[in-house]
Amino acid sequence: MDRTRRLLPVLGRALLEAAPTALLILVVNFFLLRLAPGDAAEVMAGEAGAATEETLAAMRSRFGLDLPLLEQFLAYLNNLAHLSLGFSPRYNMPVTELIGQRLPGTLMLMGLALALALLAGLALGVLMARAPGGILDRVLSVAVLLFYSVPGFWIGLMLIVLFSVKLGWLPSGGARTIGQGLTGFAVLTDQLRYMVLPGLSLALFYVAIYARLVRAAMLEVRAQDFVRTAAAKGLSPLAVSVRHVLRNALLPVTTVAGMHVGGLLGGAVVVETVYSWPGLGRLAFEAVMARDFSVLLGVLLLSSLLVLAANVAVDLLQAILDPRIAVRS
Amino acid sequence: MTSSPMTARLAPTLARAAAPDRGAMRPAPRRALRAFLRNPTALSGLIILGLVAAAALAAPFVYPDDPLGMVAQPFLWPGQDPAYPLGTDSLGRDVAAGVAHGARVSLLVGFAAASVGLALGVLVGATAGYCGGWIDRALGRLIALFQTIPAFILLVVLVAIAQPSIPAITLAIGATSWPTVARLTRAEFRSLREKDFVTAARGLGYGPVRIVVAEILPNALPPIVVTASVMVASGILMESALSFMGLGDPNVVSWGSMIGAGREVLRSAWYLTAVPGIAIVLSVLALNLVGDGLNDALNPRLAGEA
Repeated sequence: MDRTRRLLPVLGRALLEAAPTALLILVVNFFLLRLAPGDAAEVMAGEAGAATEETLAAMRSRFGLDLPLLEQFLAYLNNLAHLSLGFSPRYNMPVTELIGQRLPGTLMLMGLALALALLAGLALGVLMARAPGGILDRVLSVAVLLFYSVPGFWIGLMLIVLFSVKLGWLPSGGARTIGQGLTGFAVLTDQLRYMVLPGLSLALFYVAIYARLVRAAMLEVRAQDFVRTAAAKGLSPLAVSVRHVLRNALLPVTTVAGMHVGGLLGGAVVVETVYSWPGLGRLAFEAVMARDFSVLLGVLLLSSLLVLAANVAVDLLQAILDPRIAVRS
Repeated sequence: MTSSPMTARLAPTLARAAAPDRGAMRPAPRRALRAFLRNPTALSGLIILGLVAAAALAAPFVYPDDPLGMVAQPFLWPGQDPAYPLGTDSLGRDVAAGVAHGARVSLLVGFAAASVGLALGVLVGATAGYCGGWIDRALGRLIALFQTIPAFILLVVLVAIAQPSIPAITLAIGATSWPTVARLTRAEFRSLREKDFVTAARGLGYGPVRIVVAEILPNALPPIVVTASVMVASGILMESALSFMGLGDPNVVSWGSMIGAGREVLRSAWYLTAVPGIAIVLSVLALNLVGDGLNDALNPRLAGEA
């Protein structure tokens, strides 16, 4: 109860901060995509092989592509108010439905990547902070910098070569084994087998960021008085590290983890392309290739809104982790 | 700013009094350079970067022919034929020539995009941080907006709209990477704006442009320089990801497009994917090493802590 009352103003402020940005995103996305040469009707005509001016015009009027810009934007806003993102001529289905099909795949992939990155980053960061400047710290620092420098799509391809082609342990692409009639627990492990490699490719860059961040935060927190107090009252080094240092060092990590949702979505575009993972990122790529701008508009909008939502969630999480934040801001 | 005779007489003394403060805040460039060159990892980064740059510069002389031309039988593995040390691809094109010419594209796009992003970011950040008030709020909103839209998806959209070409890709990468610099510059300018030496410069009757360019900017530079090297690295990564997906300039060979082509034959000839990828990793790693070295050299306080 007390906590809820404390968090409500934080939530209100965060939402108030997010609202104008959301509106601006809407406007920017819409006008940006209208700048694009070649509309969906032309692409469909191209795929069909031939089309007369009349069929092109008919297609344009069917999808509302021939209206003036402002009317198209108003129609878009009106549709949005009805939770409709328009219709995809390319896939012949509503964009909301299309995105709804792809969103869970991307969210699962991002969740796995973020979890992997946080776990590995924490472990590496704690190890590096144990003896700063020591041999372990130096070796791991270079390794971490290497992770930071590897393109996600390339490490994805290399992992395929090693684990799918050479060792044959894991599948090289797709989302699940088809036609095996798996049930229960087997479905989950099957799905995980398909997710490990893309998750790892997506996570590697963020492992590097979290490792460096945790190391720096641990070193900073460790120098503070309450840590000395904890050690002085006879707590074991492990208890001091975990309960006093690590917990406080996690705060900056949550800040950047929220900021990384956008980066992860961008990374998902290439990684999903590499692994033929049926997610939002590959949908965006397919939409660009097909010049299907209603889909692209939807993906861009939804991913931007996801980032906004993540920012709000991080504000809340921080207020929970550090009660002083709710009072201060 | 009105200047009475009283403040006019006071101002030079103020400026002189503020001068040591400035000197203490800005590490002497020579000392920073020495610290940088004493750092073995930073130095190795610089050497790798030099080698990549040398390859880029030498490419038109060592491999004067079009790297997209077929020169030998396809699928020669690295080391199989001494004339083609890195092998040939599925169309019989020399991989070594591709890697050397690809270095030109990667470095060009990386550095040019970082320059565009830096110029935009510093301009927006400096204006917001120095002016304050509603200008700061409006530009802050703009920065927040661009930090919310996923940069890579926006980049893909921009390149798709503009049609892939080297200038378009460069501008698009610059246009998606400026918010980080803008935020950093804005924060630096906000805190520096209140410092005594800026007040002194204002008291001397310096115009805002002179104060921003000659007084504040040099003091805000160290973190911007560090960010610049990271921006070049991420520009190279973004260009390679774009051309891997087939959104690169189709008329030039780039590391990303080589990987994209190698992907088709990943199972039988994985070296076609591995070799250009190693080139990317080495260049980006070198830039990150240099960035780390610059950070340690320009922020001695942090280096001492680490």
